[in-house]
Amino acid sequence: MIDDSTVHHVARLARLRLAPDEEHVMGEELSGILEHIDVIRGMDVEGVPPTTHVIALENVLRPDEPRPGLSRDDALREARHVVDDGFGVPRMD
Amino acid sequence: MSAYEPVIGVEIHVQLSTRTKMFCGCELSFGDPPNTHTCPVCLAHPGVLPVVNEEAVRRALLIGVALGCEVAPRSIFHRKNYFYPDLPKAYQISQFDIPICGRGEFIAIRDDGSEIRVGITRAHLEEDAAKLTHAGGRRVGAAGSVVDFNRGGTPLVEIVTEPDLRSASDAAVFLRQLRQTLLFLGVSDCSMEEGSMRADANVSIRPVGADQFGTKTELKNMNSFRFLERGIDAEIARQTAILGSGGQVTQETVHFEPETGAITSLRSKEESHDYRYFPEPDLVPLAPDPSWVAELRAGLPELPLPLRRRMVDEMGLTTEDAEVLTDSPALVAYFMEVAAAVDPKAAANWIRGELRAQLREAGQDPWESTVTPARMAALVGLVESGAVSVPAAKEVLAEVISSGTEPADVVEAKGLGQISDEDELAAIVAEIVAANPVQAQQLRDGKDKVIGFFVGKAMAQTGGRADPQAVQRLVRAAVLGQ
Repeated sequence: MIDDSTVHHVARLARLRLAPDEEHVMGEELSGILEHIDVIRGMDVEGVPPTTHVIALENVLRPDEPRPGLSRDDALREARHVVDDGFGVPRMD
Repeated sequence: MSAYEPVIGVEIHVQLSTRTKMFCGCELSFGDPPNTHTCPVCLAHPGVLPVVNEEAVRRALLIGVALGCEVAPRSIFHRKNYFYPDLPKAYQISQFDIPICGRGEFIAIRDDGSEIRVGITRAHLEEDAAKLTHAGGRRVGAAGSVVDFNRGGTPLVEIVTEPDLRSASDAAVFLRQLRQTLLFLGVSDCSMEEGSMRADANVSIRPVGADQFGTKTELKNMNSFRFLERGIDAEIARQTAILGSGGQVTQETVHFEPETGAITSLRSKEESHDYRYFPEPDLVPLAPDPSWVAELRAGLPELPLPLRRRMVDEMGLTTEDAEVLTDSPALVAYFMEVAAAVDPKAAANWIRGELRAQLREAGQDPWESTVTPARMAALVGLVESGAVSVPAAKEVLAEVISSGTEPADVVEAKGLGQISDEDELAAIVAEIVAANPVQAQQLRDGKDKVIGFFVGKAMAQTGGRADPQAVQRLVRAAVLGQ
């Protein structure tokens, strides 16, 4: 069972603001998911390599050659705040 | 001596000086106007996909091979998740449990010639974050920060060492020599000042003789070797004081203030690392062809430490000469070219001494100055053959630097050629001895140092054209009848 404090911690890392009752519901739902993973974990996977990728491809590389990107105006077009030719964000110290 | 022993490991981030970013074709830049090197990939627009820069992989492998690391037959990228405005995807693409380069070892050499063996835990590829600056100082209503994404996505190799270092000075020696090796590999500019090489240190202390490690702190981003050494020493002192008064060290990230020498806490414990790594589904594994790795290994340049050993053992240089001359690949190339033409020891003395001293005033490096290796060799040759005296040669060097003239031409034009006529020199010496009877008597009384006085006089009178050795001999002959 995922307790409220774990939910609170994960929510904080994900920048989610949950009401206390939401935290509890979320804990139950997460526990359900993890229980299912426990079922999977119980399977015999001896000799099966970990599947981090589903496509049987390796070494997809790009030559180190510059390609044109965005103009500054285009880059900043979707910025909420433009400050000194940059993306303005809340103060970070 | 305190009863505690420091245990230090370092993490080094090296920006690779490739042409483009790690996962997109944006050009790398330093000092360009903000946000002029971006694209939908490095700005993390929806739906984009990263593609790995082959040259970054090559350079990571080169580092691994040079550090004797095991190269992973297959490695994968992971997402390191955290929220910060310098990271537009809200995750950094990095490597986690299967890095491209695994265990290796680097041997650094202290000034006294003893070895510092440092285990390399890993070296992995990742991308740099964007640059964050504080906007408009304290402008009212604009108390924000500004993000410049030019740097975002720059290829980085992070090198992590084992906790094998036992002092701040060893850590500095190790980092200096590691930096030199990276410079020789040509993978990065390795400028601590400009941030293309950044070092963090993990520091803990434990009672001497203990097997277990104490609680460590992470000393962040020190931008010079000097600060790094001072920072580690300050942190060791802080931890020693805490343990000495019965307290406990808290695991945290700390910052060293070079101005005050103080250590301050950077992040509170609640925000401690919880990056929720998981495999990056947008990138397929890296499985470098063993023949590629073998090719890189075979093509490694001569690295600074073996090179130094060769300079001392085979070229007759001192350890100090070798250290100074292997400061950069460009200086090595310069020295080697001069040393191929004249006596290597004489070349070393001139380059690390007079040449660097005179060029320092002009703010130039030897290889970018008018003193080409051929001119330097010519000048050293003139001194070696006795055609010019050492003081005259210094004057010639100054003229070569300012006018770019050939040394032999300067000697000719300024009449700086050494006086080779013994009789001419003997006459000058006789004159000086006659004019300075007191010093002559002192010499007769056995005060041999006075010889320098006569040599000085002779040099002044001849405008530096006298051979000091010959003057000494002639003075002794004139005064002592030897």
